[in-house]
Amino acid sequence: MRNILAIIEREMRAYFSSPIAYVVLTIFVFLSGVFFRTILAQVMQMGLISQMQAQQFGPRPMDMPGMISRGFLSTMSVILLFMIPMITMGLFSEEKKRGTIELLLTAPLTDLQVVIGKFFAAGTFFLILLVSTWVPMSVLYFYGSPASGPILTAYLGLLLYGLSIIAIGVFISTLTENQIISAVLSFGVIMLLWLVDVMASQAESTSKEVLTYLSILSHLDDFTKGVLATSHIVFYLSLMLVALFLTYRSIDSLRWRG
Amino acid sequence: MISVENLTKRYAAKTAIENVSFKVNSGEILGFLGPNGAGKTTTMRIIVGYMPASEGSVRVDGFEVFDNPLDVRRRIGYLPENPPLYLEMTVTGYLRFVAKIKGVPKERLDSEVTRVMERVSVSDVKERIIGKLSKGYKQRVGLAQALINDPPVLILDEPTIGLDPKQIHEVRELIKELAGKHTVVLSTHILPEVEQTCHRVIIIDRGKIIAVDTPQNLRFQLQGVERVHMEVDGPVADVISKLKATPGVMDVHKLTESDGRCRLQIEGQLRKDIRSELARTVVQSGWGLLELQSATMSLEDIFLKLTTAEEEGKVGT
Ligand SMILES: Nc1ncnc2c1ncn2[C@@H]1O[C@H](COP(=O)(O)OP(=O)(O)OP(=O)(O)O)[C@@H](O)[C@H]1O
Ligand SMILES: [Mg+2]
Repeated sequence: MRNILAIIEREMRAYFSSPIAYVVLTIFVFLSGVFFRTILAQVMQMGLISQMQAQQFGPRPMDMPGMISRGFLSTMSVILLFMIPMITMGLFSEEKKRGTIELLLTAPLTDLQVVIGKFFAAGTFFLILLVSTWVPMSVLYFYGSPASGPILTAYLGLLLYGLSIIAIGVFISTLTENQIISAVLSFGVIMLLWLVDVMASQAESTSKEVLTYLSILSHLDDFTKGVLATSHIVFYLSLMLVALFLTYRSIDSLRWRG
Repeated sequence: MISVENLTKRYAAKTAIENVSFKVNSGEILGFLGPNGAGKTTTMRIIVGYMPASEGSVRVDGFEVFDNPLDVRRRIGYLPENPPLYLEMTVTGYLRFVAKIKGVPKERLDSEVTRVMERVSVSDVKERIIGKLSKGYKQRVGLAQALINDPPVLILDEPTIGLDPKQIHEVRELIKELAGKHTVVLSTHILPEVEQTCHRVIIIDRGKIIAVDTPQNLRFQLQGVERVHMEVDGPVADVISKLKATPGVMDVHKLTESDGRCRLQIEGQLRKDIRSELARTVVQSGWGLLELQSATMSLEDIFLKLTTAEEEGKVGT
């Protein structure tokens, strides 16, 4: 346990001693601010329209804070698709390039501990990103009283979703010594899992069901609506486990190949 | 302490080592000597448990490296060919990290890091960023990393590479001091290094062990050749042909030649002093014998000899 913590700690220091952490954080915070404003404006306008309609057709209830948080958090899920490869790209590829992997793989650590350490290191950084979205979100609490249930489930969904993308990124970073290739490859794979959604909307019957199930985004919908369904949780957890298992195997094969 | 048996490692396209077996005794410094691509790094990587062997086994302190990797790794300090340094960290930060992953208890962390820094004399740069250090300091930080937690076995892959002569001397002295308490295996392709630091030498070439002995004995094992250098005043061609005909002489090479004098290298059968025979031949022919001395073959020559002999053998078959 202590050595896993040591790996996480070292990785966090590495993030913050390179520009990557700052670039990712800055872009993320900036974009989340911009998107929050845009969504806020859109929802307000819709609110205004529905008020005018209410004068003609009688009042209809509208959950404005809920709409805002839902819109905002699902936008964040898209932005995260772009950010996470930057968090995971160097995890193993840098170690391979610098030869420090030889230290990790000859220390009295199991390969599993190394994999878990790396995964949680990226997970910790991701958590910082997630927490930073509370800055715009708190606005909702200042000026209204949004229902906390859906917000909490949405965050849980984002957490599971982010961690499974991270697991994919961790796996891909074991495949190459080059950070850029690692990032681009991860991005490509994640994009593919995302595009499945689009393909699903054009497909028919069974293939539609299969494609919808494979899409990493479709499983997020229910979370943002405040629904906690086991099937979605199972989906993300299994994606995570499969990717981490592949990472573990990839390190084993790295040892054989030298 | 270390016992290597019939180790073979095949990479996808090539066999890096084949049937390598040897033992290292407790407290001994063993030198692993071989040209580039001989398989030194491969052998070491298998011993430290970085990569599994294709065949064969390695035991360290009784533990088999494939079956009990962690028990073996806990007993080994390893300096890879390229020191595994995180360039963005400070020396202290790095060594603390290594101490943590090696399981040094929290309360001993600071004292252990201080101890190894003093051992390799890097205390004066302890708060510096590793990436900004000179090559010599980096190498020493790499060595410090291997010494953390005082492992009984040290595996050092080319520990003096890239250092200046003074630093090389320091590192060699350090390694000698470490022997006794530690069992050391070091690899090198520099011969004087082996002669100066090691108790025993393994010469490896193209994945096969071609000689194992003390540096002193290797000096004597002249592959069946005794060498003599002589300087003669006389007609070169005649001198050479006469000397070649002298009993016990196997070969004569001309080293230099200037105004009627020549320096020659004569190879004779092993453990047979041919010097008096040579002197007699020269004097009886009426030439001037200016110099005559036995040229003890240095390890370097042996090494070249061993490897070139192998090559000739290959070509012949
Ligand atoms: N990961 C690998 N994949 C394929 N072949 C390899 C690999 N590592 C080493 N080899 C090959 O195995 C042989 C032995 O290499 P090794 O690195 O063990 O030699 P070495 O004695 O350490 O050489 P050097 O003095 O250059 O460090 C070489 O021919 C090398 O090309
Ligand atoms: Mg080598």
